[in-house]
Amino acid sequence: MRELLNDIERWQQAGKQIAVARVVDIEGSGPRDPGAAMAVNEDGEVVGSVSGGCVEGAVVAEALEILRGDKQPRLVKFGYSDDEAFAVGLTCGGIIHLFIAPLTW
Amino acid sequence: MSLYSIFAERVRSNIPVALITVIDGPNIGATMLVSPSTEAEGTLGDAELDRVVARDALGEVEAGRTGVRHYGPQGQTTPEDLIDTPTVRVFIEAFSPPPTMWIFGAVDFTAALAKVAKVLGYYVVVCDAREVFATRRRFPMADEVLVSWPAPLFTQRGAALTSRDAVCILTHDPKFDVPAVQGALATNVGYIGVMGSRKTHAKRLERLAEVGITSTDQLSRLMSPIGLDIGARTPEETAISIVGEIIARRTGRGAPSLRDSDGPIHK
Repeated sequence: MRELLNDIERWQQAGKQIAVARVVDIEGSGPRDPGAAMAVNEDGEVVGSVSGGCVEGAVVAEALEILRGDKQPRLVKFGYSDDEAFAVGLTCGGIIHLFIAPLTW
Repeated sequence: MSLYSIFAERVRSNIPVALITVIDGPNIGATMLVSPSTEAEGTLGDAELDRVVARDALGEVEAGRTGVRHYGPQGQTTPEDLIDTPTVRVFIEAFSPPPTMWIFGAVDFTAALAKVAKVLGYYVVVCDAREVFATRRRFPMADEVLVSWPAPLFTQRGAALTSRDAVCILTHDPKFDVPAVQGALATNVGYIGVMGSRKTHAKRLERLAEVGITSTDQLSRLMSPIGLDIGARTPEETAISIVGEIIARRTGRGAPSLRDSDGPIHK
């Protein structure tokens, strides 16, 4: 998240709602370690990444729903073999667990 | 002041801090900050849970580790206590100051290595006793450029070096590299690389023996000649071979090509 601070603060100063998605756990092979983070603002602008580009699109959609209040902050799992996973997967075959929540603290 | 601004300020000031978030269970999204020798900021919703998690998070910050831990709603950690109680899953993310790389010798290889080390997030210090070479202008990418002999730098700041840090000795000058090796061996630094041909390395070993450095334990800490055998020729290629070696030493890998090895890529 270190690398996101400047953008987050620029958005905060512009009064934007912000959601942050962070990798909290990885099973098997994963492109980014726990702590990898991306931030999404209410306009759909994005900084940072949580995978090698495989799941970022779906994370943005999820983050926007959470910002609109359609969904609660939650753990989301991306993986190739799980029925509950999103339609997108990781090409490396691993599973990543993300926590997505609004930056309200 | 919001928790976020306290967090951002600590990260920017290189103060070690753990960002603690409830990711599952009661109070999902609750956030707390913990730094050494400071009171915790924020709450996870239960005083006892806060106390136990803060204690664990301090350990994680010191080790620079990030991961998920499980607790009972009042911070219970023993398996018996967790039966029949909803579990709180907590993500503890450690923000520790960046690792440090000290580079001795203000040569072209130094500029290339400093550049690559910055990409990897190191705090880079370039040190050379020669005032004309150790200049900001030649090493704009370094965090510090010091005109100094190695001994005073190690005396003043050597104790701060840890297993995450690296010392790279790129000067070929015995006046400089012998005291630099001596200084580095007296610290807990994780990586010590010394540049030079195999011939230079053999001569260096003789000179180190003259100053009393003969034990295999000490000499085995030296990566000399420095770098992985990838056929690097230019300063930039050499820099890649050096940081490749630093990564491989840290992860305990033999650095073969992934194609030619087995097992998971990420362990």
